[in-house]
Amino acid sequence: MRERPLGRSRFSQRLDRLTPLLMITPSVILIAIFVYVFIGYTGYVSLTKWYGVVPDYTWAGLSQYEQLFQLERFQADISNTIRFTFLFLIASIGIGFAAAVLLDQKLRGTIFFQNVFLFPLAISFVVTGTIWRWLFNPNQGLNLLFGALHLDFLKSGWLIDTRTALYSLVIAATWQMSGFCMAMFLAGLRSVPDDLREAARVDGATEFRVYQFVILPLLRPIILSAIIILGHISLKIFDLVFVMTFGGPGYSTDMPGLYMFIATFRQNLYARGAAIATVLLLMVAVLIVPYLIWNLREEPER
Amino acid sequence: MQRTGVAAGSLLAGASLLEFLEACGTTTTTNTSGKLTGNLEIFSWWTAGGEADGLNEMFKIYAQKYADVKIKNAAVAGGAGTNAKAVLATRMQGGKPPDSFQVHAGQELISTWVKASKMEPITNIWKDAGWDSVIPKDLKDIVSSNGDVWSVPVNVHRGNAIWASTKVMSLAGLTESPATYSDFIKLLDKAKSLGISAPLALGSKGNWQIAMLFENGVLASGGPDYYKTLFSGKGSFTDSKVKEALTTMKTLFDYVNNDHPTLDWDGAAQRVTAGTSLATIMGDWAKGYFTSLNLSPGKDFIGAPSPGTKGNYVIVCDTFGLPKGAPDRDNAVAWIKVAGSQEGQAAFNPKKGSIPARTDVAKSLFDPVAQSFMDDFKAAKLVPSSAHGSATPEAFATGLNDEMGQFVQKRDVNTTANNLQKLADQFLK
Repeated sequence: MRERPLGRSRFSQRLDRLTPLLMITPSVILIAIFVYVFIGYTGYVSLTKWYGVVPDYTWAGLSQYEQLFQLERFQADISNTIRFTFLFLIASIGIGFAAAVLLDQKLRGTIFFQNVFLFPLAISFVVTGTIWRWLFNPNQGLNLLFGALHLDFLKSGWLIDTRTALYSLVIAATWQMSGFCMAMFLAGLRSVPDDLREAARVDGATEFRVYQFVILPLLRPIILSAIIILGHISLKIFDLVFVMTFGGPGYSTDMPGLYMFIATFRQNLYARGAAIATVLLLMVAVLIVPYLIWNLREEPER
Repeated sequence: MQRTGVAAGSLLAGASLLEFLEACGTTTTTNTSGKLTGNLEIFSWWTAGGEADGLNEMFKIYAQKYADVKIKNAAVAGGAGTNAKAVLATRMQGGKPPDSFQVHAGQELISTWVKASKMEPITNIWKDAGWDSVIPKDLKDIVSSNGDVWSVPVNVHRGNAIWASTKVMSLAGLTESPATYSDFIKLLDKAKSLGISAPLALGSKGNWQIAMLFENGVLASGGPDYYKTLFSGKGSFTDSKVKEALTTMKTLFDYVNNDHPTLDWDGAAQRVTAGTSLATIMGDWAKGYFTSLNLSPGKDFIGAPSPGTKGNYVIVCDTFGLPKGAPDRDNAVAWIKVAGSQEGQAAFNPKKGSIPARTDVAKSLFDPVAQSFMDDFKAAKLVPSSAHGSATPEAFATGLNDEMGQFVQKRDVNTTANNLQKLADQFLK
């Protein structure tokens, strides 16, 4: 009589242990196949000679990568993507933080402006790109506005000039994503306990010092998250470039994501496309892996 | 054969008939039951405007003949076919081809699909329909390889054309577009002195439009045989004739609108209609843009061969081919016959703004520019366009586009010539 309940409880114990495993298995399997197997496959294709619509798995070693890094277009891509990411991160995080600090002053209308800044996030990059392409048209949009305001020194070639095109792209991307940064920072600022600020003020710290020594250190995880989230968006950027410039003029706004698409689907250089994808993956990994390591180390402390 | 079953589950009779036909290995379409049934899926990137209208006209003719076939229009929009080609490549690799698909004549067909043995030859259909007598041999050669024909041309666009505003031309005291580049540049100077700051309209978003300037330039400097030798990889891109063409282009760049990197060809055409530019060098699809604004050829605008290319015809030609494993092969064969028929081409081309690939379609159906182009087409030397993937494989054509995008910025003739030769060494040999 004592055996049965015990057996049942042993079974239910085992079930307790098994259930989470069973629940998670399908998604683990699917992710393993559709993410990691395909990453592996892409890496493998990048080591072959595949050119044309029929797979050709003739081994080519690292020759695709050698060719790739000798290409003027790809060299431009790497330089563009690094400059774009750097500027975009600084601008978005800077503007986002400034807006969050202003909105945190508990003035009237905070909610209204909070939403105004956040709304661009709801738009896709394709729409943003189309609108900013109009605004950047040298004979219309911004230049017309600056002309009417007698601010002619602000007029620029924007997208048609190889020297300014990349910065124009940064402006459009920043317009869209700085509101997102603002929302993150605002949440962070509101979680900073008021007594900490008060304590600093009582100790005679100026408002600037309060931000420098009390608030910013507490916001570090948020800054890091913003860098990770915006950074991987920026490295993989495709839609905005596709709509606004298609990589031009010249190679001045070309990005690895766009070239990957063109090499693969327009030129049928599948191996080259796979090599670009692999380089892109490595670039994103350089950004994300330190974050993951940091995250794993922090976790037990919480 | 599983595929036929998937496509038309309810039409087992049709499927077994296809099996029978495939077993015979013939291209006959005379059907024992006398009627075609099932589906017909036609893949293209004709989604808007005159192109879509033209396609629908051909569908109507097909529907009249084969009322029991359900036509499925699988058109993919955007990117002048780039998106569609990506979708098509995925479908073909996945073993799910459409029944027939739009493909440019030449290398886009031969080096992409035929070489990959994804196509079925239509040599017998061609022979049975007697197209040899109505479609020029130059054109047949472009859709043939190894003694077989692989697709049927439905239309011909002219890549070497210039479109000028009659209003601005008359200001300069001219009624006809100049025949040579040196005269053309004099005209551009004159227009400039009349206060038109950018007399040559250019839209270069994606750079293929500059590649067209290049191929027209090479045709003008070297002639059709030189052009064919060059783009088949047997010539040299560092040759003086190529550099001559590049130098001419460099001069032309001094007359173009500075916002060209953000405009497409239609933006350039718009400058001509607005009178802010004198002319634009573009394929004859630009005509469709003008006529859609109710401008009439001859009166409001002039269409002529681009400078130095009279007597030559740069062909941009859409064709339909028969993919291996087409789910409704019989229906596809019937479609190819309609696409190649006099009736089909007469219905399609006036809407599309191109001229028929057949030389026996009534001229009266077309506007004056098309009529003069039809005359030219019969007599001219035909050369395939590289910018549109006919003369060269896509890997080269796209590389050429990139190089042209660099050239318009840096304007360095020798560097560009050397880079083009490198590209040719890699992809044309």
